This record gives sequence, structure tokens and C-alpha cells, in this order.
Amino acid sequence: MLKNFEPNKIFSLTSKAPKYVLATFIIVISVGLVEALIISPEDYIQSHSVRIMYVHVPSAWISLGTFSAIAILSFSIIVFKIKSFILIAKSLAPAGLVFNIIALVTGSIWGKPTWGTWWAWDARITSMLILALFYIIYILAWRIYENGEKVHKITSMIAILGAINIPIIKYSVDWWSTLHQPASINIFEKTSIHSSMIVPLALMTAAFALFSILIFLMKYNTELIKIKNKGLDRL
Amino acid sequence: MYGKKVKLRLLFLSFIFLIVVLSVFLILKSLEENVVYFISPSEIKNLPEVNSSKRLRVGGMVKEETIKFDQNQISFVITDFKNEINVTYSGAVPNLFSEGKGVVAEGYLKDRSFFEAKKILAKHDENYMPPEVKEALEANK
Repeated sequence: MLKNFEPNKIFSLTSKAPKYVLATFIIVISVGLVEALIISPEDYIQSHSVRIMYVHVPSAWISLGTFSAIAILSFSIIVFKIKSFILIAKSLAPAGLVFNIIALVTGSIWGKPTWGTWWAWDARITSMLILALFYIIYILAWRIYENGEKVHKITSMIAILGAINIPIIKYSVDWWSTLHQPASINIFEKTSIHSSMIVPLALMTAAFALFSILIFLMKYNTELIKIKNKGLDRL
Repeated sequence: MYGKKVKLRLLFLSFIFLIVVLSVFLILKSLEENVVYFISPSEIKNLPEVNSSKRLRVGGMVKEETIKFDQNQISFVITDFKNEINVTYSGAVPNLFSEGKGVVAEGYLKDRSFFEAKKILAKHDENYMPPEVKEALEANK
């Protein structure tokens, strides 16, 4: 199965994929934005600023999910030496960082009218900022050690150590008293978001996921072309 | 199943990972006082001493029917349903500040039952619903 991840084989697939992903993304984001901005109701207490949630929450989920994916890939790179995962992990990072920053900025914009402050050094917000720093360190390490032989070891270790932060982010609102509210969407318990607000949230999550896949594919193709130009068949 | 080298790498990685997890845990544990964003009225009651020059944050619910507006001052009671603390504040309050809702007050403790706030933050809970649903819920109470 892993043979299918060989760069020269996968390129024929990934070079065609972006246009289909882009088309699907445009459809889903159009429906999602109409749902989020027009059809969905306002909240009983925060009125229209609830609509910020439809950008904030999906962005936060995707930045967390992307980092988890990078960490799992990095684990396989270090332990099982699966070389074809190296470029996949590298190409995932930029979209993850962008959504992390979007989550921080939209959270801040929501915090001002709701809490009364742009920023609070509470556990959830601080740990999200640390995740952004890990993304930045990860991307910078790729730049700094660009042609080094050990670059994938260094970056993978950064990702694996950064993964410790993921459960801290998830459970920060339960472990400590924070200004940030606890999770509204729970897999095992009752969800505390009304169903009319779940629809735009799900659509926007799908749209953002497609967008990050698109950015990933573009970055991944660039990396593959770079390798081809170097005249290497394999990594 | 896997070669010796894979097992060795796995062991080495788990070892490093465990050490870092343990150190992060110990750091967070020792910094707990700073990691929590606010303390509850009950925790204030159990404070060993009252330091009126130390800025701190108290959080809980605004007790029903306790908000009073005087000329330039607003006073209310923060409760965690076990203990309470009186808060005074002068200035603008956030839109979401209301009775029965979460609040975080930042300021100085005068004594165990009196808090002078310099800043008021409203805390939003995890419930999101349209106004009609809220009304229906209220009606069914």
C-alpha cells in the first residue's frame, strides 16, 4: 500500500486533484456562507456575533487536526522510516498555521464584544498561541535546515513534542478555570448548540477542510516538482 | 514483526516523549496558581491571608437580583452557589453582563467578602440557541 505514496507515482494523481477540490470548495463555501450569514438564526444572548463562531470553531478544529496529522506522520517517519511521509508532513504545515492564526484572530474579534477584552491569558488561548508557535518553529526548521540530511529528523521531533500540547488545548477548559467556555460539541454527551446552528458549522468545517486540502495539494505538488528538477526519482 | 532497530527507535522515542510529558505536567502543576484564569468565591474564603495590594480575578455567577446601579458605581454579588462575594465596580460593563450569567472580575480584594473590581469580563457559557428556543425553554420552566 505504501508503494502508492512514492512521489513519482502519486504526482500523476495529485497534479490533477486541485481543480476538483477547488470546485467542490467553491460550492460548499457558497452554501456554507449563505447558511452562516443569512439563514441561520441569531443567538439569544450574543445576537449576530454568534456568526463569528462559524469561522472560529472550524479553523480551530482544522489547525488542531492538521497538527495531529503532522505528528502522526512524523512518528512514522522516525520509527518506521517511511520516507514518502516526509513531504506530506512538510506540505500540511502552512494551511494548519493559517487556520491557527484565523482561529486566534476571530476569537479576539469575538472576545471584545462578548467578554469585553481582546485577549486573555487563559489556558485555552495561551495553549492555542503555543500551537501557533510550534507551527512556526516547524516551518522555520524546514527552511533553516533546508538541505541538511537530518532535516526530517529535526522537524519530526518538533512535531512529536508539539503533539503534547494537543490534549492540553482540548482539555484546558476542563482542567482549569478559563475565560473560554467549555466545548459545546461533545461526542458522548449532549451537544449544547441548537441544531439550526449545527448546519452552518458543519458546512463551514467541510469548506475549510477542503481549502486546507487544496493548499496542501498545491504545496505538495511544488515539493514534488522541486525533487524532480533535482533529478531524483526518490527522496 | 518489526526489526530490532524499529523497536529501539520506538523505545527511544517513547522515553523522550515520556520525559517531556512528565516535565510539562510538573511545570503546569507547580504553576497552577497562574494557569487558572480566576478563582471562585469559595477559594477566596479559604485563602490563608488577604493581600489587598495583589491584583487577582474572581469568577462565578452574578447572583439574581443583586445588581445595583448607583451614580457612578455598580455593585453586585458573585456566587459559586456555595459562597458569595460582594463586588463594586465603576465603569462600563460588557454587553453580556447580566444576572444569572457568568462573570470574571479583576481587581483587589478588600477583605474576604468585599472585592473592588477594576475590570469586568463577561463569561459566555457553552449554550448556543436562537431567541425563540430560549423563550420556549423559559415557558416550559
